[in-house]
Amino acid sequence: MSTFIKLLARNRLAIFGAAVLGVIILLIVVTPLLPLPDPDATATADRFKRPFSDGFILGTDHLGRDLLSRLLWGTQLSLAVGLAAALIAGTVGAAIGIVAGYFGGRIDNVIMRAIDMLMAFPYILLALAIVAALGPGLLNALYAVAAVNIPFFARNVRGVTVSIAHKEFVDAARLSGMGHIRILTTEILPNVLPVVIIAMSTTIGWMILETAGLSFLGLGSQPPQADLGSMLGEARAALITAPHTSIVPGMMILLIVMSVNLLGDGVRDALDPRLRSGALSRPMAATLVRRDETPPEEAETEAVLSLENLQTRFEVGSRIYRAVGGVSLAINPGECVGLIGESGSGKSVTALSVMGLVASPPGIITGGAVRLNGQDLIGAPYRRLRALRGDRVAYIFQDPLSTLHPLYRVGDQLTEAIRVHHRISRDAAHERAVKLLEDVRIPNARARIRSYPHELSGGMRQRVAIAMALANEPEVIIADEPTTALDVTVQAQILKLLDDLRRDRGVSILFITHDFGVVGQLCDRVAVMYAGRIVEEGTTAEVLDAPAHPYTKRLIACVPELGAGRRELHAIPGLPPAVDQLPHGCAFAPRCHKATGLCATSEIELTGTGRKVRCILPEEDVA
Amino acid sequence: MGGYILKRLVSAVPVLLGITVIVFAIMSLIPGDPATAILGSYATPENVEKLNRDLGLDKPLVQQYFIWIGNMLQGDFGRSFALNRPVLDEVLDRFSATLVLAGAAFILCAVLGIIAGVISAARQYGWADRAITVAVILGISIPSFFLGMMMILFFAVRLKWLPVSGMYAIYGGGDLPDLLRHLAMPAIALSLVATGVVARLSRAAMLEVLRQDFIRTARAKGVGEGRVIWGHALRAAMVSIIPVLGIQAGFVLSGAVYIEIVFQWPGVGRMLVDAILKRDLLLVQGGVVFVAACYVFFNIVVDVAQSLLDPRIRT
Amino acid sequence: MSLALETRDLTKTFDVGKRLMRPPKAQVHAVHPTSLNVENGETLGIVGESGCGKSTLARMLVGLLPPTSGTIEIEGLSGGSSPADFGRVIQYVFQDPVSSLNPRKTIRQILEAPLIHLHGMGRTERSARIDEIFDSVSLRPEFLDRYPHEFSGGQAQRIGIARALAANARILVLDEPVSALDVSVQAQVLNLLADLKDELGLTYLFISHDLAVVEAVSDRVAVLYFGAVVEEGRAENIFASPRHPYTRLLAESAPVVGRPIGGQAQGELPDPMNPPPGCAFASRCPRATDICRTDRPELRPIEGDQRAACHHPLDP
Ligand SMILES: Nc1ncnc2c1ncn2[C@@H]1O[C@H](COP(=O)(O)OP(=O)(O)OP(=O)(O)O)[C@@H](O)[C@H]1O
Ligand code: SF4
Ligand code: SF4
Ligand SMILES: [Mg+2]
Repeated sequence: MSTFIKLLARNRLAIFGAAVLGVIILLIVVTPLLPLPDPDATATADRFKRPFSDGFILGTDHLGRDLLSRLLWGTQLSLAVGLAAALIAGTVGAAIGIVAGYFGGRIDNVIMRAIDMLMAFPYILLALAIVAALGPGLLNALYAVAAVNIPFFARNVRGVTVSIAHKEFVDAARLSGMGHIRILTTEILPNVLPVVIIAMSTTIGWMILETAGLSFLGLGSQPPQADLGSMLGEARAALITAPHTSIVPGMMILLIVMSVNLLGDGVRDALDPRLRSGALSRPMAATLVRRDETPPEEAETEAVLSLENLQTRFEVGSRIYRAVGGVSLAINPGECVGLIGESGSGKSVTALSVMGLVASPPGIITGGAVRLNGQDLIGAPYRRLRALRGDRVAYIFQDPLSTLHPLYRVGDQLTEAIRVHHRISRDAAHERAVKLLEDVRIPNARARIRSYPHELSGGMRQRVAIAMALANEPEVIIADEPTTALDVTVQAQILKLLDDLRRDRGVSILFITHDFGVVGQLCDRVAVMYAGRIVEEGTTAEVLDAPAHPYTKRLIACVPELGAGRRELHAIPGLPPAVDQLPHGCAFAPRCHKATGLCATSEIELTGTGRKVRCILPEEDVA
Repeated sequence: MGGYILKRLVSAVPVLLGITVIVFAIMSLIPGDPATAILGSYATPENVEKLNRDLGLDKPLVQQYFIWIGNMLQGDFGRSFALNRPVLDEVLDRFSATLVLAGAAFILCAVLGIIAGVISAARQYGWADRAITVAVILGISIPSFFLGMMMILFFAVRLKWLPVSGMYAIYGGGDLPDLLRHLAMPAIALSLVATGVVARLSRAAMLEVLRQDFIRTARAKGVGEGRVIWGHALRAAMVSIIPVLGIQAGFVLSGAVYIEIVFQWPGVGRMLVDAILKRDLLLVQGGVVFVAACYVFFNIVVDVAQSLLDPRIRT
Repeated sequence: MSLALETRDLTKTFDVGKRLMRPPKAQVHAVHPTSLNVENGETLGIVGESGCGKSTLARMLVGLLPPTSGTIEIEGLSGGSSPADFGRVIQYVFQDPVSSLNPRKTIRQILEAPLIHLHGMGRTERSARIDEIFDSVSLRPEFLDRYPHEFSGGQAQRIGIARALAANARILVLDEPVSALDVSVQAQVLNLLADLKDELGLTYLFISHDLAVVEAVSDRVAVLYFGAVVEEGRAENIFASPRHPYTRLLAESAPVVGRPIGGQAQGELPDPMNPPPGCAFASRCPRATDICRTDRPELRPIEGDQRAACHHPLDP
């Protein structure tokens, strides 16, 4: 609750809306106490008085009635009616939606068909029909507006309820012996409520507008009683001669609806957890770079791709997540380097930093260099990055279903990859795409090229992604857990394919994974990451057979390996540190059984050449 | 594709039936003797007797419903006593005017809304985004009827750029430029709210899509930013924008009622309001069913457009 | 040893494309007739790839999903009809630890639910029991009044286990309990499960797609393919000397350091709406013959208590 208020208070537009609305509400609350003339008292002699004349602050209307008085009373009525309509529609709609969504099946089916019928009307037709049947009048207009909005709420709430009813905690509640009613009230309702509140707060303004509209048409409040809509409706005849009679109520409607909308949007943003973390910002075309130091001197290496002290962080609010805290890694031509680590250790961010693909905001590259054939790419102009992306350095990502565009045929996605870098004809590109699909051993490539991603199996999709990465014969392929989302039998096929391809084509691969078995089967060298840094590096055999860093050693020990039989596992106590509050010194110190006082105080360097380790008491001698 | 269209058409039948049931149910809420209520001040004995004969008002409700449906299927929507002419003729005349107005407004809101939304998302937090956001908030908060009245005051009365109201000039009008001059203000006033809603939802849809993995894939391939935004991202966002357009078409059609009154546009909305005030209930009933049916067919078009875009639903 | 759980010809069929008045368009056979025995105090591992029916089977065992046909007998009684009846004897630990906890309840409220609704305990009794359980999963008591989002995956999974223990059931169905966790945390949870089992004499059904994990924790293993058990045997034998070609493919596909990339069978799972008449593995099986494509093989003893559903089982 307090976070809700805090978030709301941070939203300037919402505060503005709340302030305006507050003033209006204050005014209508004190209206009965103000020395105002009777809003319905006519005085034909005083017709169409301009504002600020003869003691009429806002002037008079066509019957000489005081506009200020009518405005305030009318505002009161309009607000009350709009609010009532929203409450009725929200409550009834939410109840229907929850029942339909929770019970599902036939009940859901019948209710939702009925809702669909109601939504098949342009809303005003239904409202007009209801008013026509019940007769014009403010109360009937209220019913009409409420009734017309029920389907909207019902459908909205049903959708949310369905997704919540399928959550595992609802199953858990059933297994805890709870009945339907109790689950509905204690498990579902508290989780649906924010959605109902959001829907209401964002539609109250709309309902006020709609009831005003019906009154404007003469179907709502009946003379002499005034609400804002009917004031505007009556003033229309004198629009040209006495515009103030229209402008006064019109502006009031605008103010009310706008302030309610602003506040409602604020409430939505504060309640919607997706918006909370500021996550709904769009990643820019390339990661922001804010390098304080000039990049280190260029060293002569044979490496195709080398990262030198790369640092990438995320700035979310006041927190700084040092996802990559100075990573150096070189990949030689034709080499496959594994990058292994637990979730959150910064593997993906390292990989994405290479071509400036880290989402920004909030990501920022704050230091280091990424050299492709010796030339630094950090801070390179976007045009240069773009020209290299997919051409010299290509990516394969984890989940092929979400990384391929769902609405383009795989052939079009392949040819696009070729044509953004090479000026060749559509037909030539097509032929090349077929060839690529054959290269990744997709059977019947000429037919499959017309498929959409959802028509392919997971393994086939990943083959398409690999074909796309190969399209321009890049020097380096960065594969970010390309087999993690696949079943083991499919994983084996894909690994074999990658292994064959890299041997045939001599392409370098940076292979990211969390599976030692995969590294052991595929990679020449491996680097182990922990809390945003490389803690150990060496040839695969060296690192796996004789891990030097205590973390590597214990991590290998806690992963069961097939064929080793039933046994006790050697767990590592504790959790990896959060990268927004890294401990001083060695990040592994809180979990390390060898830790000494020195480990937590001094900065530990990655030492060694070729075989490297970041530890002052390594398990193996690496020098 | 043809199969999908056919399937959607067939599935419209129960919806149409449902619409007639709902309208019939609402109309049967009318208190008192139906014939007198329907006829109001036109309730002469002959009229009452004729109506009872045509609609079977003395029969049970279910039977009345089927008589009514049967009549409508034969093109007989009943007779407006206030206008003394068949309901269908009047509705058809008026509906074409509404179609011009609402159609123009719909195209405006779709095109401008999507463009504004995409720009706003692509330049998130830039000045264009801020300006569009403020405009959208104003747009969705201003009552269209009030906006229309203010436009008349400013553009027609003060600047005298455009005619105050009507669809054609009374003398010497009737050609296309004349229609466009009359159409400009009402179409803009009508489209404003919908433009705001479309812009806002397009922005949200684009922001959602731009964070998806396949956008990162496109960038990783080296696709240029213009193509990423207006190609990859917009195409995926259209999947959630198109249904919104379908809903907004309903709102535009609804808003037309106010705009037609403000600008004296001879459309079906104004006809309905007049009919309600005159208690010409057969005209209301017929008009509502007709327009709702047209909207159902429009939504089929929307669904077909959606299925053209999204191969995943084309089965 | 007595049987903790026994299923006989348990099947589940889902309707696809439900229609209001008419029969559904198609049916998916998620679980083919399955007969399983689990002895008291035993851990039965169930492995299979995604979509092979592991979770459907598990959900039927705890009463969250009514079986289409067949019977479940738990501790000698045929299970009740509602999840609450099941809940006292068999409990479930979910794959996604975070989404299995209601974000709007404190941990204490979550743990109290089974005590109140299944055992009707009073307040003081409850509080004592919760402290006891919480201690047994090695969590600090001050966590009890916090909300789920404040916990890491590993901690949340401990809470999920604590909830299952609170119901006082002797049998736990563990549905991929460590797949969502980091490797270093995985081992912590697996060890905790092993300790609890020894301490409380529990019986586990351990479901996973990770062969190595299953092998490390199970007494016996059942391999599921396309909704049916294709092989069953002792954990130490089943992957070391598989008798069913699919089990061998699985075992060879698992990446193991120092072994070349293996398991090269091509082909895909059959279409569940249109299952093949014979062996479901025939399209990928190197040993397939004509009979494999026409007759469905039954699960039958091959050697000792190792059983396989194959017309041409492998030699050891
Ligand atoms: N958009 C973001 N905003 C804020 N923090 C982020 C963002 N993306 C990543 N991080 C943080 O950066 C750190 C490193 O994340 P990264 O994705 O590189 O890990 P990983 O090693 O690839 O993990 P996994 O094995 O789960 O893929 C994590 O702590 C994560 O929370
Ligand atoms: S530096 Fe110290 S704390 Fe860190 S891994 Fe080495 S021994 Fe452990
Ligand atoms: S039954 Fe035939 S096809 Fe099936 S696994 Fe055995 S040998 Fe292979
Ligand atoms: Mg990652």
